[in-house]
Amino acid sequence: MTRASIAIVGAAETTRMGKVPELSQTGLHADAALNALADCGLTLADIDGVATAGHDVAEIIQYLGITPTWYDGTSVGGCSFITLVRHAAAAIETGLCKTVLITHGESGRSNNRSHRPLFPSMQQQEFESIYGPLFPPSRFTLPVMRKMKDDGLTVEQIAMVAVVQREWAALHPRATAHDPLTVDDVLNSKMIAYPFRKLMCCLVSDGGGALILTSAERAKDFPTKPVYLRGMGGESAEGPMISQMESFSSSKAFRVSGKMAFESAGITHSDVDHLMIYDAFAHLPIYGLEDLGFVKPGEGGAFIAEGHTRPGGALPLNTNGGGLSYMHSGMYGMFALQESVRQMRGVSPAQVKDAKLSLVHGVGGMFSAASTAVLTTEDQW
Amino acid sequence: MADRPLPTIYPETEFYWNGAKEGRLLLNSCPSCDKAYFPPRPFCPVCGNRDVEIKQASGKGRLYSYIINHLPAPGYEPPFTVAVVMLDEGVKMVANVLDCPADPEALVLDMPLEVTFEQRGDVAIPQFKPAGGVA
Repeated sequence: MTRASIAIVGAAETTRMGKVPELSQTGLHADAALNALADCGLTLADIDGVATAGHDVAEIIQYLGITPTWYDGTSVGGCSFITLVRHAAAAIETGLCKTVLITHGESGRSNNRSHRPLFPSMQQQEFESIYGPLFPPSRFTLPVMRKMKDDGLTVEQIAMVAVVQREWAALHPRATAHDPLTVDDVLNSKMIAYPFRKLMCCLVSDGGGALILTSAERAKDFPTKPVYLRGMGGESAEGPMISQMESFSSSKAFRVSGKMAFESAGITHSDVDHLMIYDAFAHLPIYGLEDLGFVKPGEGGAFIAEGHTRPGGALPLNTNGGGLSYMHSGMYGMFALQESVRQMRGVSPAQVKDAKLSLVHGVGGMFSAASTAVLTTEDQW
Repeated sequence: MADRPLPTIYPETEFYWNGAKEGRLLLNSCPSCDKAYFPPRPFCPVCGNRDVEIKQASGKGRLYSYIINHLPAPGYEPPFTVAVVMLDEGVKMVANVLDCPADPEALVLDMPLEVTFEQRGDVAIPQFKPAGGVA
């Protein structure tokens, strides 16, 4: 029998999201942090560890008036918050701090910020950007034509990812987009970067979220239902030059991170009741399902198109509607975590009945990095 | 085309851009691994060997993947092709496909490509076009 050692006891998103022009990016961090503290009945004085990504962690510490004994500013893109969950767990386990606040805030739409969250990569600029792929829709999509040829993936299957996730978003009052979609709607939306159309690309939103983690033995002292980490998750990176991916049909960072998370948790795929795969673009859940081993290589597109991940399907995936329909601030990983926490607390508007274990997997940059976490309702297994 | 983006060139990559000015596509290559690699750096990313060579590439490759970009970029007229080329030497690099319409009918995966160079001010940019003229 293994006992859980770390729990998420506080979790909240910003009060508003979508278009929040009245708050700066720093203000979005703070709004999310204060909401998460209120969620679990703690105050700023109770926090001795702070982590964030895409923003100077020291500025967040100063803005919130915290005096930490531990901080982490690992910033590899949108999956960083999943990475920070496992880093925070390691810090608590080794006694570097007791109670960690992880914040995300991003003024992705209103642009109330002094800098963009990702470091520019030198070799990416020198050898990729000069050819004109200056924005994520024209970089993240570069490998997909190869995968379509090698694996038989079709543009209709990619469109189905957006269709199915809209079905989930329809169940979420806070989701940005609720109206039903058809494959034709997706395939008739504006061309952005052939073969990708607008409805295959994520939203651009303002918003944030925050989590509070502490040791499992303290978790029952809080008013919220504890959500435990099962194992220590996983992380890996392949780098910011997407043209240099080892394979265009599979992400090495996804495979390494996922395998580590499954092994550390001691679970098999049939143990996963609920799944979040960061979807900045519609092909990502397809790569994720394959690279995490839920389906064989090349079968992810058909699996989603057949309806296995939609409401009522065997493997509920991206139940908030994802970056395609819920919100996408730019570094969406925090929102994937928030939905996993809601599902494990049993309070998601799109609740998966009797869900006890949730796996959340994120991408950082354009297939640059990856991280995976396993959350559960159970304090021992 | 002078307003298209220019590369920021660093000491370790100067040879590559100097080669391009002379109409040559130069790659780093590791004698121990007997393999070319890209982008340039003064050590082999497989074995860490610092004693690496500079070799002229054949300039031949094939269309490995692409998108047709409808988003703006300085100096470009959308839609335009952004491709990944697999060189015969086994390394991948990004290029636009010149002398070829930005049209899926004309962009057939695995079609043979050959290197050409596009002048942007003082800098020559390695580019690719269909081998043996317009496909």
